[in-house]
Amino acid sequence: MSNEKNLSGLPLSRLSEGLCSGAFSSVELVRDCLAAADRLDGGIRSFIEIDRENVLQAAAASDERRAKHAQLSVYDGIPFGVKDCIAVKGERLSCASKLLAPVKSPYDATVIARLKAQGFVPFGRLNMDEFAMGSSCENSSVHPTANPHDLTRVPGGSSGGSAAAVGGKLIPVALGSDTGGSIRQPSAFCGVVGLKPTYGRVSRYGLVAFASSLDQIGPIAPDVESAAVIFDAINGHDPMDSTSLPGRESDFASAVRSAKSLNGVRIGLPREYFSQNGLSASVGKAMDEAVALCRKLGAEIVEVNLPHTKYAVAVYYILATAEASANLARFDGIRYGDRKEGKDLIDGYFKTRGAGFGAEVKRRILLGTYVLSSGYYDAYYLRAQKVRTLIRRDFEEASKVCDLLLTPVTPTTAFRFHEKSDPLQMYLSDIFTIALNLAGNCGISVPCATEPGTNLPIGVQFIAPAMAEKKLLTAAAAFELGRS
Amino acid sequence: MADNGIDVRYVAKLARLELAEEEIPHLQKDLESIVGYIAELKEVDVTGIEPTAHAAALTNVWREDRAKSSFTREEMLANAPGIIDEELIKVPRVLPGEGSN
Repeated sequence: MSNEKNLSGLPLSRLSEGLCSGAFSSVELVRDCLAAADRLDGGIRSFIEIDRENVLQAAAASDERRAKHAQLSVYDGIPFGVKDCIAVKGERLSCASKLLAPVKSPYDATVIARLKAQGFVPFGRLNMDEFAMGSSCENSSVHPTANPHDLTRVPGGSSGGSAAAVGGKLIPVALGSDTGGSIRQPSAFCGVVGLKPTYGRVSRYGLVAFASSLDQIGPIAPDVESAAVIFDAINGHDPMDSTSLPGRESDFASAVRSAKSLNGVRIGLPREYFSQNGLSASVGKAMDEAVALCRKLGAEIVEVNLPHTKYAVAVYYILATAEASANLARFDGIRYGDRKEGKDLIDGYFKTRGAGFGAEVKRRILLGTYVLSSGYYDAYYLRAQKVRTLIRRDFEEASKVCDLLLTPVTPTTAFRFHEKSDPLQMYLSDIFTIALNLAGNCGISVPCATEPGTNLPIGVQFIAPAMAEKKLLTAAAAFELGRS
Repeated sequence: MADNGIDVRYVAKLARLELAEEEIPHLQKDLESIVGYIAELKEVDVTGIEPTAHAAALTNVWREDRAKSSFTREEMLANAPGIIDEELIKVPRVLPGEGSN
């Protein structure tokens, strides 16, 4: 690999410069990504599948466009990884589930179509917890993925493959999806930037549904600007998604480039997030340093209350599993998927689902079915929807006294494989990320420190009100700049 | 079924999920612990609070009432586990009776 240029881990600004100036071609860039995958992914195992021939063909087509000065954008020819729950035409779409292993997507998700329209090249299927259910990538039916910073630890989840591939510098950027933290938590564990957009701001058309009122697609990237470039491309109204918000903006990356300080920004620290028992000393210390840096950069720091925080995990695991039990009812082995024959139609459903779903998916389907079942609906599902209102109001109240919130992303750094064998303990580790999905706000995880001793990355989360991505991304960029 | 308890066998039937005998004790234990945890919501006063079903406050979203082309039959059937005559999805017997599947 002597002619490798080590381009695979560079931020999009550098890649765009190099491609535009002719310093390297898209084919060279893609070859570097393939070489990095060959060299490193035997250990990390972030990819489920890479269609080399197709990727190289798409890169060659991009180079031809550039030769004719017909490039689709300055980013034409840059590859991006795709979580295995987002549809790319002609590629597998298995959600890392045995049940969907044979499925190939007949169409592109809206986010994929929009990235292709700018010349971005889909590069491989990234591993995940089955149906995006999990916080460690251990629930993949294909194989586990390791943390690129320590192969004995998990990359986080559910977008663990996406974060590990970007953190391991196998690919410049990737798409993930976030239902309760599935972009931000693995990004924090793998030392990269992960953006969870406002609910409704990015089309869910072509995203296999887990919990439809919470799911959002977003970028995982080496820096804030790269995330903003992808967000520029994928945000905006889509008639194919009835929950898609109106409007489309395309100046997030340019706003990020001019971010210098946090002057005039009021940042709230939610008391409830900093008094959590599970918050490790190293993450707590990193948060203190992050707050000090924000102050140094000109921010005003205030304390705020989000009084219903302690109910967020319970609300989430009722609503998300209820929605999942309904969404996953379609996987019956009739129209697609790995069908198991039974003695009649109904028995075939039981056998297909029993054999096709892994343990965590079964647990969540059962919990979701239970909270929706006769006699329990009011006590669990309806009550959780009402507490969701209270959680949303907490954020609305906080936004009256501050522009952004700053919180930890995770209570600890990346844990070891099999360390969290009790499902409830795994759920509780999502405490800092899930309230935001319930409220529909946007949030971003940005690297802020490394843990002494282990050298594992620690992330800080900024949270902004719905539709305030510009404020969120520029603050995150100023923070990133202040750290460097 | 115990009061407020979860009976995994019963719920699995509702969910049309075949469970192996050895899976049941684990799932029963996990779910009892999770149901015990989510039951803490009972302490929240939700009197007069409207439920939130969705974070995006959109209502009555309609598409334009205009016909347009969609997927071809071949594309739509390409993932089906069994096909008859290149145009029908083969399914198991629905009603009980004589004859083969």
